[in-house]
Amino acid sequence: MHEMGIVLHLAKTLDDLAEEQHISKIGSVTLRVGEVSGIMTDLFVDAWNYFKVKHPVLAESELKLESEPAVTICDACGKTYETIRYGKICPFCGSEETWLLQGNGCVISEIEAECEEESE
Amino acid sequence: MKVIELNRSVTDSNDRDAEALRRELKEKGVLLINLMSSPGSGKTTLLSRTIQDLSTEIRIAVMEADIESAVDAERIEAMGAAAIQIHTGGMCHMDAGMTRKGLEEMGEERAELVFLENVGNLICPAEYDTGAAKDVMILSVPEGDDKPLKYPLMFAKSDVLVITKTDTAPYFNFDFEACKKRVQRLNPRIRIFEVSARTGEGMQAWEEWLKEELAAWKNR
Repeated sequence: MHEMGIVLHLAKTLDDLAEEQHISKIGSVTLRVGEVSGIMTDLFVDAWNYFKVKHPVLAESELKLESEPAVTICDACGKTYETIRYGKICPFCGSEETWLLQGNGCVISEIEAECEEESE
Repeated sequence: MKVIELNRSVTDSNDRDAEALRRELKEKGVLLINLMSSPGSGKTTLLSRTIQDLSTEIRIAVMEADIESAVDAERIEAMGAAAIQIHTGGMCHMDAGMTRKGLEEMGEERAELVFLENVGNLICPAEYDTGAAKDVMILSVPEGDDKPLKYPLMFAKSDVLVITKTDTAPYFNFDFEACKKRVQRLNPRIRIFEVSARTGEGMQAWEEWLKEELAAWKNR
């Protein structure tokens, strides 16, 4: 259900972009999905294929997913480490004063698109 | 086909909708508060009590977002505030578009303080800007003081935390100090209120905050 929500918002964001930049057709959409964003990638692609047909600009598009590694920084010793492997506790000094630096997001990195002038 | 580099958030269109809605509500002098919590945290009970205490001074309305049913809206209307039930149609959160539709249906001119009771869920609602002026999350004592560890985003992005059902603390081993410390580590600027809507304890501080925010929203 969470994936469905994100897909709906993604489709809306792309529809707006298409209007803004006079795009007639989107061929592919590349998303950078954080390792700890909680997004299930299989479900995400299924949800995309289900919804894209409702948006003419997106109907034939392919969704490409890239994984963004999750990285945590430790306030106590200043080092960074892999979040998935070590979790909340710093493997270097054992501190719990740690913060996620990246890996929680979901960003559209690029799209392949055909603009109105080209297609005519 | 050409490649367009974007680096835009997937929720970019919602973020812009939300910003526009916030601006419109500011012009109209309507303070929208987004209430988020898990199911059963006492949102509706907190609101009922708040309405009872404030409705002589402030025109209040409530938008209840639920996947199904109209039970909450009926409870709120019984307290004398305008209420509208929004069915999210299976969606796990409210977004700016749904919020705007709800406000239009309700006729936001009927109120100066509007509470949006988001879907009971500590995960998804945190990720979508509804256009509210303030995000308030509710954590009830029976849920436990460890929740900030499990749902950090919700605590990190809320402006206010209301800890409810404080009258039940003796039965649940709820460590207020530990909880507050965990929350403040995630979010140093968060305001925290401890209330029991049943006994009325702590309600005054929460209600004073609402009044101050409303006055500030109208003046700014």
